[in-house]
This record gives sequence, structure tokens and C-alpha cells, in this order.
Amino acid sequence: MNRIKGLFRNKQTDILTIYFTAGYPAVDSTRHIIQELDKAGVDIIEIGMPFSDPMADGVTIQESNQTALQNGISIARLFEQLKDIRDVTDKPLVLMGYFNPVFQYGVKEFCSKARECGIDGVIIPDLPMREYKTIYQPFFEANDLGICFLITPETTEKRVREIDEINTGFIYLVTSPGVTGRQVQFKNNQVEALTRIEHLHLKNPVLAGFGISNNESYKTVCKYVNGGIIGSSFINALNNNTQNISDNIHQFVQSMIL
Amino acid sequence: MKYEIDEFGYYGEFGGAYIPELLYNNLYQLKAAYKEIITDEPFIGMLNELLNDYVGRPSPLYHAKRLSEYYRTNIYLKREDLNHTGAHKINNTIGQILLAQRMQKTRIIAETGAGQHGVATATVCALMGLECIVYMGAKDIERQHPNVERMQLLGARVVAVHSGSQTLKDATNEAIRDWISHPDDTHYIIGSVVGPDPYPEMVAHFQSIIGKEIAEQLKEKTGNEKPTAIIACVGGGSNAIGAFHHFLPYEEVALYGVEGGGDGIYSGRTAATLVQGKPGIIHGSKTYLMQDADGQIEEPYSISAGLDYPGIGPLHAHLFKENRVQYMHATDTEALRAAYQLMKLEGIIPALESAHAFAALEKIKFTLTDKVVVNLSGRGDKDLTTYINHKQQ
Repeated sequence: MNRIKGLFRNKQTDILTIYFTAGYPAVDSTRHIIQELDKAGVDIIEIGMPFSDPMADGVTIQESNQTALQNGISIARLFEQLKDIRDVTDKPLVLMGYFNPVFQYGVKEFCSKARECGIDGVIIPDLPMREYKTIYQPFFEANDLGICFLITPETTEKRVREIDEINTGFIYLVTSPGVTGRQVQFKNNQVEALTRIEHLHLKNPVLAGFGISNNESYKTVCKYVNGGIIGSSFINALNNNTQNISDNIHQFVQSMIL
Repeated sequence: MKYEIDEFGYYGEFGGAYIPELLYNNLYQLKAAYKEIITDEPFIGMLNELLNDYVGRPSPLYHAKRLSEYYRTNIYLKREDLNHTGAHKINNTIGQILLAQRMQKTRIIAETGAGQHGVATATVCALMGLECIVYMGAKDIERQHPNVERMQLLGARVVAVHSGSQTLKDATNEAIRDWISHPDDTHYIIGSVVGPDPYPEMVAHFQSIIGKEIAEQLKEKTGNEKPTAIIACVGGGSNAIGAFHHFLPYEEVALYGVEGGGDGIYSGRTAATLVQGKPGIIHGSKTYLMQDADGQIEEPYSISAGLDYPGIGPLHAHLFKENRVQYMHATDTEALRAAYQLMKLEGIIPALESAHAFAALEKIKFTLTDKVVVNLSGRGDKDLTTYINHKQQ
């Protein structure tokens, strides 16, 4: 069974998802980071596929993408690194990246390669729902990959329902307008938006991301949706003490779970 | 119609709106507002009044006799260089600022490479009293300093972009990020026929006045509205689409688009996207773009800052695929040579971008009775330093 579905069957609250950029800080950090995230107790691991022009990302993820590309990462190389990843983790693994590199790799080939590596879900923020439905959906379905679409507090209910219909992984709720890596203070209007989504009772689990940077914001979103996704502040934490990445990872995850 | 956009925002297989959900509402509302104004009489009235009295339209169609004599044909120049702010860019910014006002947006953002679109945006923001923020790559700010100062004099805030390669594509990314962060009060004025639907169509619409005027003026001068050929330079491709649009259904009118060849198309330093690029996604649109084998976007090169965009408008990609427009390229050296020739024969200093269109005259065979229109998209004041330095070499 798809591990995302398996996870949510057993656990519906406080789902902690951590994003990291493949190929960062070193080109071959991928396997090590996944292993440590697994040991530290995160629920879902989101692996970023670097892109030269990440238009929805703030400075932290932009820079990690650029460094990773300079380090020589590519989708082909990432799949090499993930070949035996199922020897070291049983956590759901989700690939996240912009559409052009996936399109160049070939969407069909990408999906079958992802399955071979044991990938469970894919997030492509700039792949429109209509193109997914009319062209690419069969490739994802044939390989049991959960597609994860984004919604925002501004997305109309009609469109949220449409997305909920076609979505097969989790729904990625962007908490407030802006790129990744901001510090969001969860004031009234954000909480209102979270409540609105909570009350829609969607079929898919909902994880909130963009601007979740610390224990407080993580715990806040967990009150309303199934969990939170943390990216930029984790990337920053990797650099806290570059001598020992494992310690940085464990300390960071602990500070969230607390 | 073969060359028209479909209901999903595609020209054939190119175009669309490959954008994060965060921009969905913005583009949805923009498309709705744009559809309204196309046929809205008061809007069209306001737009035409400004185009006439503020921009100085119609721009002349000039029969360039000495250049015609040299090439043994009949050459007409569409004088977009005589517009206010010195290029065709203002046709689009005037249209979009009126649209932004109608949508009650109070904050305007734009990207710019060489600074021409930035200046045209800063100008219309001053005209309407709206806040203006222009994103510009840190490298371009260094290279194009006079235009930075022009924008600032006009009241715009110019933000240096240090991400990525610090040029036009990164300025565009940063403008998109700004729009994602300010979805309610902000309108993003894109400067070319690029970006997600409805931008390529909307910018083409505002620029298509160039071709309509060519038809009227040519009819007046020669009795026939259709030229043998139209030549225009292509970066993102807005002046070319503007000149071509009216004539697309008339297959007997030959259309030539000239890309920036840089040091030569196989030199590794070029902006000839249709030769060196492959289909993919850039800035929300499916089109041809310069990229490596892994789909990472590559930095193009041309002597002309207005042509070194790694993508090309999706309608151009479609016209290329359909063979309706013949795309060629001119190297830096060829463009410079054509510019010096125009200065000497006609007393006109063209923008480096437009000089690429003139360079095509050497490459195409015309007869004594042909009528050839070259779109002189901008004037060369901004390029004086380049012209002077190369003249000395």
C-alpha cells in the first residue's frame, strides 16, 4: 500500500513533514539526511528536486537549490541516490519540485523511476490541475504515486472540492500569501482560513506549509489540519553546526515535537 | 482560427498557465477584467486618447529611400522609436495601467532587463499617480545605469535582484514572488508576450496597434495594405507580435523574426532560443527556452540586453512550429554593422535590439517591386556607449 495512505490510516494528527533540498549541503547528503529524519521521528520526508528558478520560494530555499545544482545534483543523480533508500526507511517519501526538470526528464519515465525507488507522493507546485487531468494523471496512477496539489486560503470552495476530487496524496495548504521561508504570525485571519478548511471535511488529509518555522506555528496549524510541513527553517538548522549534521537534525525535530 | 489563443490559454501546444496555486485567483481575475475591456467603449476611448496625445501615435511609416536604393527594393520603417520613452514598450504599459486602475490596484510591479520596460512602467505610474516597484538584476543595474536613474527620477523604486544569475530572468522570478506576496493590491505589468495566460494574449493585444497602423499607412501610401514582408527583432517578442498580428491570416505576407545570435548560434554565447532552445516551462508558460539537459534554465547572451531572455513568447513558438513566421538570427557584429549603416544612410540611430531586424536585410533576397516593412522598435540613445566603443575598435 502507498505509505502516505498507510500513515494516515494509523495517525491523523500532528503529522510532521520535513522538506530538505536534495544535493544540499553536499551532493551526497540525501541518504544521510533521510536516515536521520527517520530516526528523529518525522512522519513524512519531502525531498526537494532543485531548480534554477524556484518562483514560489524565498531566499533560503533559493540558495539551497543553487548550491545543490552547483554540487551537481540532477533528477537522474537523485534517483541513483534513492535506489536503495527503502533499505533504510519505511517513512512516506514525497518528491517536490518545479515542472520543467520533470518535463525534461519525461513525466512517464519520472513516474516509473520514482516508483522503482519507493517514492509515495509528488508535489509539483506549477503543474496545473487541468494539464495533470488531461495528460499526466495515468502515469501517476499507474505507479501508485500520490499527487499533492496546493490550495490557499483564497482558493474558492468549488475549486478546493475539485482539487479534493482529483488529489491522491495529501493536500498542501499554503497558510497565507507569500513565498516560503517567512515567519508567519498566526493571527486571526490565518486561523480563520485554517478553520474554514477544517470545516470543509475534505477526503484528503491536509498539511499546512509556508511560514511554519517553529514549535509554536507548527502546533497552531496542527490544531486545525492534520499536520504541518517545515522547509526553510530546517534548511537553516542544517547549518547550525555543520560539523555534525545529525545533531542538528535531531535537535531541530525534537524542538518541533516537544 | 489557426493562430488564435484557445479557451485554456494555449496557442497550439504552447502557452497555458503553469503557476503555483497562489497566483490562480490573480490570473483568473486579470483574465476576466481583460476580456471585459477588449470591447468596452469607454476603456477603448481612454486608451486611444492616451496613445494619441501622450504616446504620440500613430507612429510614422517612413519610406527609407537611401536604404531602399542600397538594397534595391522598397523599405518602410515603422517608427516605434518616435514614441514617448523611445520604444514600443509604452503601448503595452499604457494599456495595462488603465486595466490596473479599473481593477482598483494601487501598487504596480514590473521586471526589466535593459530598463526600457521599467522606464515605460515608471512613466505610466507617474502619469496615474500609482506606486511603482521595478525589479532589475544586480548585473543589469550596473550595465544600464542611465535607465535606473530615469526610473528613479520618474518616482519608481528600483529593487536590485541578487538571486540566480542576477539578470532579466531572475528579475522576473522576483516580480512573481512579489505578486505572490501581495495578491490583493498589486498588478504585475509584464513587459513582453511571455508569462502565464492571459499575459501573452493581452500584451499582444496592446501591441497589435503597430500592425494595424502599418496596414492603414501602407494603403494610404501605396494603395495596398499588404506588404511583401515584415521584419522585426525577437527577444520575448512583443514588438514582433505587435507588427505581425494583423497580418497573420494573410499568408502572402512574409514574416521574419530575428533573434539575437550573440557570438554565433553555436558559440555557446547566443540568445537564439528557437535554434538552441527546447520546449519546456518558463515563467508560467510552455514554450521554447534555453536550458541544459536536466531542465535547468540557462543564461542567454546577446550584445542587446533586450534580446537576452532565455524564453520566447508562446505565440512565437507556435508560429515557428507552424512555419508561419521565418525565424532567423543576427550576430552582435551583424547587428552593429546594420546599425552603423542606418545611421549613415538615414540619419537614424536605432536601438541595438532593432538593429538585429535591419541585419536581416542582408540575408533575404527582395526584388525591386517588393515592399518591406522593418519594425524600428526603439531608438538608440540608451546604446550610445556601445556604439561609440565598437566604432573605435
